[in-house]
Amino acid sequence: MKTVILRVTAALAITGLLCLSAISSAQDQRLSPPAPDGLRMGGTLAETMPAPPIAGDPRTVEREVRNYPEQPPVIPHVIRDYQVDRRFNRCLDCHSREDAVEAGAPMVSITHFMDREGQVRAAVTPRRYFCTQCHVPQTDAKPLVESDFWPAEKVIREAIRGDKQ
Amino acid sequence: MKRWLRRYWDLLRKPSVHYSLGFLTLGGFIAGIIFWGGFNTAMEATNTEAFCTSCHEMYANPYQELQGTIHWSNRSGVRATCSDCHVPHEWTHKIARKMEASKEVWGWIFGTIDTEEKYEEKRLELAQREWHRLKANDSLECRNCHEFESMDFTLQEERAAQAHSTALAGGDKTCIDCHKGIAHELPDMAGATLVQ
Repeated sequence: MKTVILRVTAALAITGLLCLSAISSAQDQRLSPPAPDGLRMGGTLAETMPAPPIAGDPRTVEREVRNYPEQPPVIPHVIRDYQVDRRFNRCLDCHSREDAVEAGAPMVSITHFMDREGQVRAAVTPRRYFCTQCHVPQTDAKPLVESDFWPAEKVIREAIRGDKQ
Repeated sequence: MKRWLRRYWDLLRKPSVHYSLGFLTLGGFIAGIIFWGGFNTAMEATNTEAFCTSCHEMYANPYQELQGTIHWSNRSGVRATCSDCHVPHEWTHKIARKMEASKEVWGWIFGTIDTEEKYEEKRLELAQREWHRLKANDSLECRNCHEFESMDFTLQEERAAQAHSTALAGGDKTCIDCHKGIAHELPDMAGATLVQ
């Protein structure tokens, strides 16, 4: 009799423990569900995954052809520590109208001197002052999502081919 | 006053009565080591990053701006800290700079740059003082690490090689003429007097 009681108690205790663990694991999943595989691969929502390595700065690069006329050209050199703020603009040290020729750098285009009424001013206007708003350094980063972007000349080529057919 | 000085002068001129020659020479020698060594150790202590940034003036502004620049962290792990650029390494020049820097204690006591606004207002003046100093000593502190003789122009960008092999080699320009604002943020340059 004694052993039967002992066995029943043990069995009850084990079932209880199993139930508890099942509940807690379900709760874990509710608090931190698996993340959808988007830009951020794998893991759950609450987990912190290791960040991918920062794309390398190309040390020796040529200037890139723009994909369409209005594209802000990418920066073909390292811009680490470049100060661009109210006090000083390091980019304009070489790319300003006055310094571009001596530095052998392309001058910022005329659009940078236009205010929002289209009036050309003597200096780079505030709305075009912060270079990295539009221009980014060219790196060897892989695109995060697939792109079916066509450069302008390909669009034209394809359009002409479509007309001929 | 004159009699008082006279007494000490006579005392110094008289031969010692109580102490042996050996004690005096050996004692003088040991005391020399202690005082000289102590002096240099104390001076070296004022050359550390911890000492410089122990005042909030230095901690809140220049120290924060230094962090993130190439002189703070880089792929080879060599760091240039405050004294590497602001104090010459050679003893004579170091002492001269240290005496000059005692004025900074005055500034600290009277709080000349103890708020961000005061610091911003003085930024140009402070920066220009350093630029003039480096211009006058031919960028001595830069050259502690960056030696002109060890530069390989072929590894530099075309424009850098061009500038280094002409203006720098000829001695018309020195490092600071072009390389301003490399470790701290630049002031508004509109009122600057020393521009390249």
